[in-house]
Amino acid sequence: MDSLWSSIEPLLDGVSTPGRYVGGELGARSPVHDPGRVSWLLVYPDTYEIGLPNQGLQILYELLNERPDSLAERAYAPWVDMEAALRGAGLPLFSLENHLPARAFDVIAFNLSAELVYTNVLNLIDLAGMAVRASERAAGDPIVIAGGHCAFNPEPLAEFIDAFAIGDGEEVVGEINETLAAHRGTDERWSDRAAVLRSLAEIEGVYVPSLYEAHFANGRLLGVSPRLPDVPATVSKRTVADLADWPYPRQQLVPLIEVVHDRLNVEVFRGCTRGCRFCQAGMITRPVRERPAEQVFTMVQSGLERTGYDEVALTSLSTADFSGIEDTVRRIISDPQHGEHVAVSLPSLRVDAFTVGTAAEISRVRRTGLTFAPEGGTWRMRRVINKLIREEDLYGAVDAAFSQGWRRVKLYFLIGLPTERDEDVIGIAVLAKRCVEIGRRYHRSPTVTVSVGGVVPKPQTPFQWHGQDTIGELRRKIDLLRRACRGVRGLTLRWHDPEATAVEGLVSRGDRRVGAVIERVWRAGGTFQEWSERFDLRLWLDALAAEGLCLDDVVHRSRDRDEVLAWDHISAGLHRDFLWSDYQDSLNEAVVEDCRWTPCYDCGACTSGALEHVVASPVPPAGGSQGTGQDLSCGDRVPVRVLGR
Amino acid sequence: MTTTLRFRYAKLGKVRFTSHRDVARMWERALRRSGLPVAWSKGFSPRPLLSFGYALPTGCESVAEYLDVHLAEEEGTPDRPDGEQSETSADEQRPWSPAGCVAALPGRLSPLLPQGVDVLAVGKLGDGVDSLQQAVTSCSWELEVLGVPAEELATRVEDLLDARSAVLRRERNGLQADGDLRPSVRALTVLGAVDDVPGQKVARCRLHAELATQPRGLRVAELVQRLGADLTLVRACRTQQWIERDGIRCDPLAMTGRAEDSFHAPHAEGRAS
Repeated sequence: MDSLWSSIEPLLDGVSTPGRYVGGELGARSPVHDPGRVSWLLVYPDTYEIGLPNQGLQILYELLNERPDSLAERAYAPWVDMEAALRGAGLPLFSLENHLPARAFDVIAFNLSAELVYTNVLNLIDLAGMAVRASERAAGDPIVIAGGHCAFNPEPLAEFIDAFAIGDGEEVVGEINETLAAHRGTDERWSDRAAVLRSLAEIEGVYVPSLYEAHFANGRLLGVSPRLPDVPATVSKRTVADLADWPYPRQQLVPLIEVVHDRLNVEVFRGCTRGCRFCQAGMITRPVRERPAEQVFTMVQSGLERTGYDEVALTSLSTADFSGIEDTVRRIISDPQHGEHVAVSLPSLRVDAFTVGTAAEISRVRRTGLTFAPEGGTWRMRRVINKLIREEDLYGAVDAAFSQGWRRVKLYFLIGLPTERDEDVIGIAVLAKRCVEIGRRYHRSPTVTVSVGGVVPKPQTPFQWHGQDTIGELRRKIDLLRRACRGVRGLTLRWHDPEATAVEGLVSRGDRRVGAVIERVWRAGGTFQEWSERFDLRLWLDALAAEGLCLDDVVHRSRDRDEVLAWDHISAGLHRDFLWSDYQDSLNEAVVEDCRWTPCYDCGACTSGALEHVVASPVPPAGGSQGTGQDLSCGDRVPVRVLGR
Repeated sequence: MTTTLRFRYAKLGKVRFTSHRDVARMWERALRRSGLPVAWSKGFSPRPLLSFGYALPTGCESVAEYLDVHLAEEEGTPDRPDGEQSETSADEQRPWSPAGCVAALPGRLSPLLPQGVDVLAVGKLGDGVDSLQQAVTSCSWELEVLGVPAEELATRVEDLLDARSAVLRRERNGLQADGDLRPSVRALTVLGAVDDVPGQKVARCRLHAELATQPRGLRVAELVQRLGADLTLVRACRTQQWIERDGIRCDPLAMTGRAEDSFHAPHAEGRAS
């Protein structure tokens, strides 16, 4: 197989950020292709800068390159200028390591971390030189696989992807490879695609959409059922029982150009049982599996030494909940080997003063801004979404942040939540104004930035039945907020484009019919739809109309309890009954506690997979109220005196 | 007296598609991995004290990039805080030492930098030396252009050198301005045709140019543009930077004082050329 580099190189003088296309990262492999190894092209369907740090892709990259029977290279979506240059020169999508054409690989595997990249997935399959529809692909074309959080509703991409991997990828990727290797040994590469796909469907956690039929009547989905008797009716997610068995990535990629999250990232736990009802990640990754603190420390130490990074992020869905988090960060920053300039960052801070104190201690360099996510503007709203942050916790956290040197505080909120009233929306402004006032005690011109986004009810969450707010309703609520925030010095309001939110809702909860809509948008040139300068609602509305569908039905309509949902045949382990009763609790403002430290309420995640939480500490972390069993009857009480001072 | 080291390094091959800022980050990471005691700025957001020279445009190669690294340790400071001297020299125990290990730095740093970035030489800088940005007056370049045969290109070069002024309309920051680039062209010669590129159909020539960086720099792309719209710059490699003072032109590493304080890495230079 010949490298395309000599043809690609002359194009790079004419495109923006050419460093995206050269590879050469520390940690990149240059695998040797041979017939005994199944070759994978791992593709992140967004720009290099967004895709490179993705930990899931990097973990699979290492695992596949460690095996004797597989190898992996990487590709990212070329930006529109590079795509035009490639198509102009008659060149295909290529890998970064050996600059090989995508079709040379046995497998093309996509990471699906966001729904708005779906048109890019089609574009990349096309740029690879294949038919976008799986049914039209030729024998010998690479097998197209996809995984990641979005695969928990695979239906919108069902026509384009040969097989989906649901859940954690560490174990299933090896099983998929073994199945493919067995076929590759006997086949003229994939000469019998149907047989390959049948074998893949036998693997637990693998969904082969072409083996299932979606039935419709009167414009409603009646069900998605197997076409053959030996194909499972429900595909259940894969879950790695113990993170300690998977200390990956061992050799995190260090890019040559600047990317997002340009730092060492060490995953400290997977899964979250805080129970925020809007949060798909928290629902589909249960149970909580902590990495042993000793292993975290070793990964940080060897990672910093190997990469030369001066910042490490301890990643998870809520890192302050890691057992013994303070000991771990203290040990990292006091390790003389790293010197005094290593910063530890804790994404997804819990909202309380105690947590901020820890953050202050460890981020001695580049202390620019702190971000909190109360999500709801009133205590009532936060009970609805089960994000149990008391006002005094928020004010305590903000006070701690401003008093300890931060000048900028960012607050994230959702609007369009179930049962939301205008007073809940205005409550966001009330909270934000108080935060500005707290800031003025310490700084002349503190900044509080409020970011609001319309909630997209996601599959596999308690809100999966809920009708999403219309574009007009979200605009009205944003206007309410703008008026309420007007004239407050130091308070900045930002909001997510309600049009993009509507389309995200469409591709999140759509059924198989939405695939044709995605294809039309792609054919009309609608790539990079998550980039605001490229997003175009018109393309989506035209495509919906052409397919006889509308946003009202797919996005804005609330479903009944018994309506078939497009992803009902995909299981994250959560009982449908649990999700429904949690939704009803939500409407009644009833809350649930974090089951890591309190009795099981049988959501199904553990029992379905014969799993249990792996948590080092039997008691909840000190400080804060988020589901830690404290008295929650007084959450809206504005403290006379901010605690912790 | 604190120590400042001046490094000369190359940027060749695929890594040339990274930017000046990207190269700065590569160096920061490599220096952290090396254990060299780099000095940090004070204040709210401390940064390592590195000063880079005149930025190399993204896409250009170079065998003459320079970087000054300010070290935190003072020369002659004992290794131990109590001042106790042991039998073995303190220099030998430290990961780096001013006196002993400077010569070894190119060989130690190159493997810590991405492929294509090679440290060629290093020297200790005396006190009161101007920063690279202030001191460098011109750069030599080797260029390859596609479009016209060598004889035609030689005629155009002659015309440019004979001209009293050579006006070029340039756009910078969205504004168009006419500028005279002639004073910035210190030297320009056609080195000859390049005919060993397989499959090449268009005439390809190699040029040498020395372009001033002060009072305002001339970009190689602008020079080629002035030589003709039918020319395409396909390769540009900075081969030397010059500091001219009182009519004497010298290499920035010559500022490092005694010749034995500079240590070249001949193997790396061999690779780079």
